[in-house]
Amino acid sequence: MNFDATNRWVGCFTQPADAKQMKHHVIRITVNGDRHTLAVAPHWTLVEVLREHLRLTGTKHGCGTGDCGACTVLLDGRSVNSCLTLAVEVDGREITTIEGIASSGGELHPVQDAFIAHGATQCGFCTPGMVVSSVQLLATNSRPEEQEIRHALGGNLCRCTGYTKIVEAIAAAATQGEEAEG
Amino acid sequence: MRPTTPLHRPHPHESARLHVTGGALYVDELPEARNARIGLIVPAGVAHGRVVRIERSRAESAPGIDAVLLASDIPGEALIGPIAHDEPVLAGDEVRYAGQPIALIVGESLEACRDAAGLMRFEIEELPATLSIAAAIAEESFFGDPHIIRRGDVEAALESAQTRVEGELSTPAQDHFYLETQAALALPLEAGGWQIFSSSQNPTEVQQLVARTLGVGRHRVVCDVPRMGGAFGGKESQGALFACLAAIGAARIGRPVKLRLTRREDMAMTGPRHPFWSTYEAGFDRDGLIQAFKVATYADGGFSLDLSPAILSRALFHLDNSYYIPTLRFEGRICRTHKPSTTAFRGFGGPQGMAVIEDAINRFAERTGRDPTSVRVRNFYGEAPRDRAPYHQRIPEPRLSRIHSELSADAEVESRASEIAVFNAGSLHVKRALAFQPVKFGIAFTNRILNQAGALVHVYRDGTVQVNHGGTEMGQGLHTKMQVVCADELGIPLDNVRVMRTSTGKVPNTTPTAASSGSDLNGQAIADACAKLRARLGPVAAGMMGRACDEDLCFEGDRIATTDAERSVPFHEVAMQAWLERVSLSATGYYATPGISYDIEAGRGCPFFYFAYGGAFVEVALDGRTGRHRLLRVDILHDVGNSLVPSIDRGQIEGGFLQGVGWLTCEERIESPDGRVVTLGPSTYKIPAAGDAPRELRIRLLDRAGESRTIGGSKAVGEPPFMLALGVVTALRQAVAAFDGRTASEVELRLPATPESLLRAIETRAG
Repeated sequence: MNFDATNRWVGCFTQPADAKQMKHHVIRITVNGDRHTLAVAPHWTLVEVLREHLRLTGTKHGCGTGDCGACTVLLDGRSVNSCLTLAVEVDGREITTIEGIASSGGELHPVQDAFIAHGATQCGFCTPGMVVSSVQLLATNSRPEEQEIRHALGGNLCRCTGYTKIVEAIAAAATQGEEAEG
Repeated sequence: MRPTTPLHRPHPHESARLHVTGGALYVDELPEARNARIGLIVPAGVAHGRVVRIERSRAESAPGIDAVLLASDIPGEALIGPIAHDEPVLAGDEVRYAGQPIALIVGESLEACRDAAGLMRFEIEELPATLSIAAAIAEESFFGDPHIIRRGDVEAALESAQTRVEGELSTPAQDHFYLETQAALALPLEAGGWQIFSSSQNPTEVQQLVARTLGVGRHRVVCDVPRMGGAFGGKESQGALFACLAAIGAARIGRPVKLRLTRREDMAMTGPRHPFWSTYEAGFDRDGLIQAFKVATYADGGFSLDLSPAILSRALFHLDNSYYIPTLRFEGRICRTHKPSTTAFRGFGGPQGMAVIEDAINRFAERTGRDPTSVRVRNFYGEAPRDRAPYHQRIPEPRLSRIHSELSADAEVESRASEIAVFNAGSLHVKRALAFQPVKFGIAFTNRILNQAGALVHVYRDGTVQVNHGGTEMGQGLHTKMQVVCADELGIPLDNVRVMRTSTGKVPNTTPTAASSGSDLNGQAIADACAKLRARLGPVAAGMMGRACDEDLCFEGDRIATTDAERSVPFHEVAMQAWLERVSLSATGYYATPGISYDIEAGRGCPFFYFAYGGAFVEVALDGRTGRHRLLRVDILHDVGNSLVPSIDRGQIEGGFLQGVGWLTCEERIESPDGRVVTLGPSTYKIPAAGDAPRELRIRLLDRAGESRTIGGSKAVGEPPFMLALGVVTALRQAVAAFDGRTASEVELRLPATPESLLRAIETRAG
């Protein structure tokens, strides 16, 4: 039997054919407090724009299908998978990546401190997404129960740690935040 | 322990701050990658076929495309591989698995390359494919000869055994699912030189295979590994292919080329853990002691040899797990199939081997109505003659009984067992069960040659130090441990020691970072280099203190002091003085593990340097209506010797255990009837998520566990905890049995024990 081997596989690429001919749109976005004006094709994803155009490589390519959470960023303060978010959709909006979680002076967020102190990182590849999801969790729920932490991390996969130290780190960061407020 | 040493204390991962701020660089984002052209691999779509024609001219002239390469364009040798050179860099005349790279497109962007891929045309004549272990056995499609280990008259011992248990077991494939997919960057340098960056556990092999593929001497090629976003064995041999592809692309266009696979491509092109199929017969006496164990096991090796012989050996070496077996016959073979080449994965055959004897013990306990924990404990290795492994190596002082008794107390086993019995009596739909799992794991590369390591330590005139060693950092904390070892050896603060990224230009001819041996081997090599430096700095310091140049000195607290502590000088002043006196401040270190040997023909020898031990009590809850299960509580007591860095070792134990749980309960790699993997992403291939981790996980490191002859008295930790997860299977089997309460009846549970599989097991018993 003769057949076209490639076409069976090209089917998995999400790209439309002749993508280059597609019209670019100008978007204005704020990333970690910096304003950018960019011309983007309609099929470009936010993670591509962050990594390839803005050189913010802390946000990772993981699965490309919104299942692993390695590309998690904050969009107007809410966590999203930047691999499932089209760049044209975020025109006029505010994005925080892992590079924008610490203060501009380099002072770490309590979640970041806690991840370091609790040994919650191993290879570090899921860590940016984990930290961003955790920051959002604590922004909406300052004293989460353990089950709430696990639930909030449901969209972030880690292959190294077994999650225990990550959950402990987030719980500790929450406690620390409460003490700071009190 | 010396007061200021960082050894045996918890420390954060040396890159932790970079991890949490997004500053940690992986191959895909190195500054050197910025202007690289992009490579896209075109995979073949059939499991087995003859390549009739490939049409590439339209793709070559597509916008933004620099080149389209086929097998015939490889400048050097077209075949690579870690043991045998039997893997084409690109498929030539024959396609041997669905997903095999058949063309490489190089262009200005991934987008341009993808558009060009759609313009290629392939004529491939499809051929019959061997797609399962059963098919390979029927067709006698094997790699090499059987590996056989035997002791005594196993048939006679089986005949005379009180109880004879027969069974078969399939253990599943497992995708590595490292979060960072395979990636490589190749930069052509001046004068025919090459700089390769690879996400690889084995930079020396990448250097060697890139040189081979390009047809140049190895001295032309330097391979650096910055860090990996996970590897787990999946980048021991299989990172090399992508480095070779990047290199041939870069050689063709004379510019840097970068390759990074998508998750889907990675899961289709690279091989998983070897699936094994085993049949066994086990004989037990009236006390429940194993008398005989006869096993025939088959590993699916995929299309090429890769590391399969070593993986099969380790599987056979772990068919005993923690138990003494007086008479035995183990036979293993590697099947050749038309699938991606299966490869190293944490445990390296050990889990597949151990699963077989655990299955035999479970069946024996179920059939005879015995307590499976007692059967396990009773069969532990012990005093002579119960101290000989199947391959005749002596098992000195097994720590198994001690681990079991300490852990039973820690885990409050007695009271919880009665609580569970009460719970189960009152619960119709959910049953709970508690099981014990011991592990004994042999440490060393079973291939003697690989048990060597090198290091290069530089002291600078301000007293700060750079350490280079042959190991790679994949998240396991090796660099943190090596930083600690070096700081301890020179008596200087941790912050003054920087571990450099792994480079074949700094430490040559290295061994892969594998077999849990990274810190054992490289730690000793660093200690050797530091001993040389101390021997050179000592006389300088003695001279500065007005003492005899051969006086013993103490390197401690960033100072070099007399042993009576009367005089001391700062380390950095000694470094400067050494330079002024023209004393070398740089030293290489080397280590070769003593005493490793194994005769594969005879099935005898000492393949291991020492053994690591561990134990776990696992409690599960199983819902008989849905097959859903939860890990309620897991207690682990693990023997890591005197832990170099306890916080790092705990992380390895937690992560290893949960990865094992994934293998045994939720990760199911599904293939289509024509041999294509269909579970090509996390939406269909389920690795454990945060909610799947044990609700309660208590880990303790065994105390008074120092090992002689190892760095800092420590033991390897990377792989052994993975196999503790076998306890989950035992617990689930007991929970299945609890639904009908019938004793003296075996459980039929297929692995992985997914909810579907568990429901089937419950229904099978119900008839």
